[in-house]
Amino acid sequence: MTDAGSRDRPDEQEKAGLVPWLDARLPVVSAFRREYVDYRTPRNLNGLWNFGAILTVVLLVMLATGIFLAVNYTPTAAGAFASIEAIDRQLPSGWLLRSIHVTGASMFLAALYIHLFRGLYYGSYKAPREVLWLTGLVLLAMVMLTAFAGYVLPWGQMSYWGADVAGKAVDAIPGVGPWLEHFLQGGDAPGDVSLHRFFILHMVLAFAVLGVVGIHVAALHVTGSNNPLGIEPRGAGDTLPFHPYYTSKDALGLILFALLFAVVVFFLPDVVFEAENFRPANPLHTPADIEPEWYFLPFYGILQSVPSKFGGLLASVGAILVLFLVPWLDRSPIRSARFRPLYRACMGVLVVCFVLLGFVGRHHAQGGWMIAGRIAVVYYFAHFLVLLPLSARTERGIVLPDGIAGAGRRGA
Amino acid sequence: MRGGVILRFVALLGLAAPLCDMSRAAAQAGPHDRVPHQAWSFEGPLGRFDLSAVQRGYAVYAQVCSACHGMKSMTYGDLAATGLTMEQVGRIAATQQVPGGVDAQGDPVTRAATPADHFRDPFANPAAAAAANNGVAPPDQSRLALVYPGGPDRIYAVLTGYREPPAAYRPSHAGAVYNPYASGREIAMPPPLRDGQVVYTDGTPATTAQEARDVTTFLAWVAQPHLEARHRLGAQVVLYLLFLAVLAFLLKRRLWSDVH
Repeated sequence: MTDAGSRDRPDEQEKAGLVPWLDARLPVVSAFRREYVDYRTPRNLNGLWNFGAILTVVLLVMLATGIFLAVNYTPTAAGAFASIEAIDRQLPSGWLLRSIHVTGASMFLAALYIHLFRGLYYGSYKAPREVLWLTGLVLLAMVMLTAFAGYVLPWGQMSYWGADVAGKAVDAIPGVGPWLEHFLQGGDAPGDVSLHRFFILHMVLAFAVLGVVGIHVAALHVTGSNNPLGIEPRGAGDTLPFHPYYTSKDALGLILFALLFAVVVFFLPDVVFEAENFRPANPLHTPADIEPEWYFLPFYGILQSVPSKFGGLLASVGAILVLFLVPWLDRSPIRSARFRPLYRACMGVLVVCFVLLGFVGRHHAQGGWMIAGRIAVVYYFAHFLVLLPLSARTERGIVLPDGIAGAGRRGA
Repeated sequence: MRGGVILRFVALLGLAAPLCDMSRAAAQAGPHDRVPHQAWSFEGPLGRFDLSAVQRGYAVYAQVCSACHGMKSMTYGDLAATGLTMEQVGRIAATQQVPGGVDAQGDPVTRAATPADHFRDPFANPAAAAAANNGVAPPDQSRLALVYPGGPDRIYAVLTGYREPPAAYRPSHAGAVYNPYASGREIAMPPPLRDGQVVYTDGTPATTAQEARDVTTFLAWVAQPHLEARHRLGAQVVLYLLFLAVLAFLLKRRLWSDVH
């Protein structure tokens, strides 16, 4: 049909076929080639740079399994627990879908924390990557909210009492607290309305996360990746095309991550499934030990280490908010902690404090844990508000490598 | 580089944190005697169920436990996974009467259950269950082997642990019985099993210990009916991924050989 037209323009006739036709109208093929094949990437990225790709894949797995779980789920206080049991027992392969989804939540948060601390360690938040850092933090907050809403859905004892504790925490906000708690829960205690709202919130946020990931990746492809040396590539010798170098490296990282994922799904499900949550929600019986999922434990530790309830809430929300200021708190022109001896030591202590706060949360900040928790909270904030701004002053006379390729050869 | 190693190590520590003190849940609630460990075929990463024991355990549940304990997440059809044919499952279901809606006069009627029906609940509601059992509603057994602190070992210990109470023992409430393995060494359930109480169709002698062992195996199966499929599929997936990892490693090394 297009014969007559094509003969008039011989140059287009050479590139006949569906793909060039589409690409001339919507350049998906050339854009893919530009961003994922020829895309120049620093040649020295280490294994910690795999986690961006890993997170993207885990997100897609969560969306795929989540949709199948959602169509079999009943978001009512009377039917939620039974529908989860039916998914686990009667739906063909339902146990597998649910196990992947539940394990995926933990694996996602674990990978997200590694991704975050990698960014902090190598200074990936510094100019010109501030927007990349900020969108990443927005993602962290959204993912945490999604994970929390998702944890409430099975409507087991931990789901119910976790929602109850979160409601009480919101209630502690002076002034608007009680109103806000009532607004979020749709009542004085978690119930039918809250469950329905959490279900919608979980679904909407999950897809919103996908959208923000798109912005995050778009921002990455504007500035390019940071790298372990923290210096910008100075020419073609310092970079490699994304394919086949980083596609092969990401593939290896993904497979190793999938291996760990599979071991948890198939052999260690107790690590991610809280036994108490196999009991249906019972508003009349408080479990002996209410404890959030491990990925909230550091923030739960902060919440419990601070003497006042509202103060604890401020501190644990502040622990995330302070991260948004990091690009402007850090005045040092050097990115990578490799060339910042003081900052590097401080980062080590920060990671220790973060893990320690997790244990504090696990032990409800009782006895010695309370003291450890308070020290860790003070260090956490001092790290960002005092040590990070001041560490730049200790860095005088530091010589950065000329280029990535040269540094690699010297290092090897 | 060293900082990177330390960072990686600490990150690993963080990942491993939830693995620690997992036995804590078992330590809570009232004091009880130390529970002796039993050898179960479903233990460990490659554990599987002895399906004949699971079938005998269902007989114990149906003839004894189900008088008081519900198992409402289970359907009769789920029993097919114990190695029964659908015809046998249909016959088992048909022996149970479940609510069947209302008749032409609007009065509730019952009907024979089908494989799609959930296990019959012994009581109409939790209040009725508590009222009929000295104020303590017998727990649902769908996930008992997972949620009961101490798991199958402790269920077996409680079932076989009834004995003469020490002289100092006074029941804390009507119907309470001494049992050294129950929390607070006291339980509201009277001894449920005795020798010869259950009729086994496969000719296994129905001693109390055998009945307890079989019903514990059944409860463990009910709590994790897909354990065996999970382990089998897991071994296949892990082997496949290991193989794939070796290939991906070789590919990556070869592609990167001109860079390093």
